[in-house]
Amino acid sequence: MAYLELNNVSKTYGQGDNETEVLSNINLSIEEGEFVAIVGFTGSGKTTLVNLINGLLEPTKGEVLFKGTPISGTSHERGVIFQNYSLLPWLTVGQNVYMAVKEAFPKKSKSELNELVAEYVEMVSLTPAINKRPKELSGGMRQRVAVARALAMKPEMIIMDEPLGALDALTRGNLQDEILNIWGKDKRTALLITNDVDEGIYMADRIIPLEPGPNATLGPEFKIDIERPRDKTELNDNPSYKKTRNAIIEYLMGIGDERKSQSSEEFALPDLSPKDFVNQFK
Amino acid sequence: MKQSITLGKVTKFMGLGFLSTLKSLFTGKLEKEDFINFLRKIVVPIASILLFIGLWHLGAKSLYNREADFKIEKALKDQGPAAAEAMRECIASGDISCQPNTLPSPGQVWGSYKSLLRDHNIISADKAAFKEKTAALNAQRIADGLAAITYTGRPSFIDQIIMSLKTVFAGFLLALIIAIPIGIFIGLSPTLKSAFNWFIQIFKPVSPVVWYLLVFMIVKTILIDSSEDSSFIISFISVGLCSMWATLVNTAMGVSSVDKDYINVAKVLKLGTFQKIFKVILPSSLPLIFTGLKITLSVAWMVLIAIELLAQSPGLGLFVWEEFQNGANDSNSKIIVAMFVIGIIGFLLDRIMLTIQNTVSFNKNDGI
Repeated sequence: MAYLELNNVSKTYGQGDNETEVLSNINLSIEEGEFVAIVGFTGSGKTTLVNLINGLLEPTKGEVLFKGTPISGTSHERGVIFQNYSLLPWLTVGQNVYMAVKEAFPKKSKSELNELVAEYVEMVSLTPAINKRPKELSGGMRQRVAVARALAMKPEMIIMDEPLGALDALTRGNLQDEILNIWGKDKRTALLITNDVDEGIYMADRIIPLEPGPNATLGPEFKIDIERPRDKTELNDNPSYKKTRNAIIEYLMGIGDERKSQSSEEFALPDLSPKDFVNQFK
Repeated sequence: MKQSITLGKVTKFMGLGFLSTLKSLFTGKLEKEDFINFLRKIVVPIASILLFIGLWHLGAKSLYNREADFKIEKALKDQGPAAAEAMRECIASGDISCQPNTLPSPGQVWGSYKSLLRDHNIISADKAAFKEKTAALNAQRIADGLAAITYTGRPSFIDQIIMSLKTVFAGFLLALIIAIPIGIFIGLSPTLKSAFNWFIQIFKPVSPVVWYLLVFMIVKTILIDSSEDSSFIISFISVGLCSMWATLVNTAMGVSSVDKDYINVAKVLKLGTFQKIFKVILPSSLPLIFTGLKITLSVAWMVLIAIELLAQSPGLGLFVWEEFQNGANDSNSKIIVAMFVIGIIGFLLDRIMLTIQNTVSFNKNDGI
């Protein structure tokens, strides 16, 4: 039995005539300790998929099983890093993390909780900024706070919804390494949603493309057989990297073209020619 | 790294940015940009104030002449040329008995302002003397279990300003106590919202005068046994009821429109209902609540004058009304003094609320 399992999951929004099926027939299983990336176009229903797994949404059809039991509501076992950092702007970095650990470990004393906060803020190297509010931080720093908040609750599984999407390339690279480091330490199960194929290949064990919605469904999986720790510069020369990358992109582009060709309706243009108005004035 | 708090930041925060320009003027560090700022923020306002006073003066003068001409003509028509001549001389001499009653000039208003201050000093001295005189007697009366003798003389202008401020703050507090909790409940529950919506929509636009009458009907009956003066109670309750709507509506809106991301965070962290309300929903709606409170305070101050006037509750409104009824020679200029005082206090209250509002507000995108 897999650690996380999605069986024939469909999700529709709206009712009656307005009903649109965003996800259909999603089948996915993730083993414990695995790092899986789901790659898809913008608007293909990635966030809906994440919300089904973290418990913010319930599937219309099918079931989501976590360790064999159906998911009902959110849980501290599954930590979420949102696409937009979703920090509470009226709390400082430390308070944002503290709020999470206080909920996750209600039995711990205040000083224990504070230690935990300090530990995780240090882990994302934000100790100097612990008393700052989110607005005083850069985008990368804010996302690191969000990472610290999710991890400080010590979830068994980390769900990341395009966590680095809004960051610049350099910060992105740094944070990818940081997340991999943290993941490598205690090998939690991780699910990464991203629109960047390279990011997926660099970070994950397995990549599953999500075909664009509506009616999005998962494509065939691609295994990434590259030894960890991976090196970004060496990755470029790795033949299996290039092969996988091209295969995934071809697959994604292929579906893209297919979609386009499906929806391309031919419009016949009427045969119009300008009136010969110049001659009128002669 | 500690954040430094400079004069510039503080004044800008309070919406008094021109003060920092003044500072650079005095410290002599005037750059070209500062000079333009100086012109724009200090010279231009002063010039426009002077222009305003000048226009006022000219306008008042022409109204004065029109009124004087009318008086002389009337005397001529009714009593003949001798009476007209006497009236002309009387007006020219500046005698109080025959002054034209019209818009006072800036000079007259300034004179009234000073006389009101003088009046205040006299009354305060009187009060202090009274207190001293009755101190021993009052101590005796309190020891005997009797009520102390209090000063019952006429209140001065300053006393009336203080009374008005007391009324407005009592009303504001009442509005806050009623509107914020109800607003939170309405914002949290769509059912309560539809239950209360008609009520809010109908009572929101009701005029202060009607509120006063309503409160009067109720309070009068409730306090029917009491010999106390109920005018203060009636006026502050009316002020509160008139002005609470902005806070009520804004609180409800703030609470019901919390960013979905924050709600998701609350869900993922599995915050309890209580925690969710106090740690997420309320902080995120604070900026809107304070916008509502700012409107409430300015509305409270605006309706206060009318309500004090109706309720005969001591304060600026009553002062204006009494001066109008009084019809003394300097009544008009006293009314204008009161007008400026009301305006300036309203402006200061607004600035105080703005400062508080700035401290609690945050940019919606700060955490996202």
